[in-house]
Amino acid sequence: MESANASAEALRKQIVCTEAELARLKLQLAQVEAGASAQETDGLSIDEQSASPVTKKWPLLPEEYKRYGRQMIVPSIGIQGQLKLKESKVLIIGAGGLGCPAAAYIAGAGVGTLGLVDGDEVEISNLHRQILHTSAKVGTKKVDSAISFLKSLNPHVNYVPHPSHLTPQNAEEIVLNYDLVLDCTDTPSSRYLISDICILLQKPLISASALRTDGQLIVLNSPPLPAGDPAGGPCYRCVFPKPPPAESVVSCGDGGIIGAVVGVMGVLQAVETIKLIVQGKLKAFADPNEVRDGKTNPASMLLFSANSSQPFRNVRLRTRRAGCFACGKDSGLSLEGLKSGNLDYVLFCGLASSVDVLNPEERISASDFRDLKNKGLLVDVREKVQFDICSLEGSINVPFSTIQGKTFGEADVGWIPQDLPEDAPIYVVCRLGNDSQVVTRRLKEGGFGHGEKRYIGDIKGGLKAWKEQVDASWPEY
Amino acid sequence: MDTHETIPLIVEFTGGLEMLFSDQRKHTLQVPAKDDKGNAVTVGWLVHHLCEEVMKDTRKELFVLDGHVRPGILVLINDADWELEGEASYVLQPRDNVLFVSTLHGG
Repeated sequence: MESANASAEALRKQIVCTEAELARLKLQLAQVEAGASAQETDGLSIDEQSASPVTKKWPLLPEEYKRYGRQMIVPSIGIQGQLKLKESKVLIIGAGGLGCPAAAYIAGAGVGTLGLVDGDEVEISNLHRQILHTSAKVGTKKVDSAISFLKSLNPHVNYVPHPSHLTPQNAEEIVLNYDLVLDCTDTPSSRYLISDICILLQKPLISASALRTDGQLIVLNSPPLPAGDPAGGPCYRCVFPKPPPAESVVSCGDGGIIGAVVGVMGVLQAVETIKLIVQGKLKAFADPNEVRDGKTNPASMLLFSANSSQPFRNVRLRTRRAGCFACGKDSGLSLEGLKSGNLDYVLFCGLASSVDVLNPEERISASDFRDLKNKGLLVDVREKVQFDICSLEGSINVPFSTIQGKTFGEADVGWIPQDLPEDAPIYVVCRLGNDSQVVTRRLKEGGFGHGEKRYIGDIKGGLKAWKEQVDASWPEY
Repeated sequence: MDTHETIPLIVEFTGGLEMLFSDQRKHTLQVPAKDDKGNAVTVGWLVHHLCEEVMKDTRKELFVLDGHVRPGILVLINDADWELEGEASYVLQPRDNVLFVSTLHGG
């Protein structure tokens, strides 16, 4: 026992000595570091620094070490990555289904500046997917709603609201001071404009989109080399030189969207943003002395299909297109040209022509239809999922998708009851009064009016008009 | 020589294009190895074949416009942009996967 006590005592002494040595070394280190930062910054002497318990000897605030600690200890981030995040300035264009989740994670990760561009106001139909907005914010500007949420999430970020839509006129001014852009918008015309300004100002662009159960993600102009440099990443125009016909573009309002699906895409944009910042890929410099061996940087596109057996799929896309209008050798873009309105993006992408195929006498107002004694056959041509939500009493459902794109012979109209008298009218209704016109015209062309015996017409303005004129309690979705 | 030789292909549609093809995303096809002139079939031939033989929808213009795949549709051969593979002139190989992606715009 004697010898055991003695050796324990010796060990205790050794520990005390070692701890004292450790404390001395820590103090020395702190003084050296404080000296270095004092030289860099405010020139305070080591003595003044060490006199104050809350010194600026650490590059982040104590609270930030705790806040970001869980991501800083991920080896691919580290303190260096965290400092790069803090220095970075990120612009999110569109504060909707993509922009909201992207902004939440990018703000949470601790970027220095986060700008948000959106001219819209919060609507109740946004809330199932646009997670920064709350029911109480309906009617307020989306950028203000989003920033008030983000401030409460992370007050250490500098938030900049841009409460308007991006236009060729304001694009340079808005985008210029940021390092990287996220395209979270929802129309082809804005996607081409954002791509063009990112080429002109040499900003990497992270673009995503979603509809129904599918999403797409693509990182463009990365590395962001000047137009004409084949080593730069391709732009939106390289991948899609021609816009799709306006008739083929379906919005979330018409086609539907699952909130979590567009959320996945916005979160993926945040992941790519953090990667580009931390990997130091925000800027690229063309080095005339560099031997590139013709190295190019193709883009890839990540496809997400929630219902597919293989939900994520990455496909390899092209490199920069030599003859690209925007980033090619003979680029037709210039900041002056953009600002002066040389490019009409709306015209370039076209507008879906509004449906106007019926004469006034072939249409009936919702209130006149309500007052009809003989309502004949009422055909609702909305898709079945919509008909299931709500339908007018006595109406039958013939989805537009089962009619459009099909030849319209007698065989296709088995839904007209055999015993419907030849002079009984047929009325067609849909959600807004567009598809109903097309179906009415086709029924008449198909000879189902039996000469002039049967009236065939549509309810003008569709079920939206029904709610406005006849039944305020009608559920509008 | 067997003039009726066929090759197996997997053709997939996504981004809403499946709606034009009987709401079916994945189609397993056997196509003739040679076209009617005796040349090996290409992706360009396949696009025409899909339009004429597989697509029941009459709105052909939503898939092919002015003789080309409609703008806004990416064609991927074995997960690579067909522009990397010679576009329409790419000669189909047995068990190739050809994916047609319609770009989405919602957000």
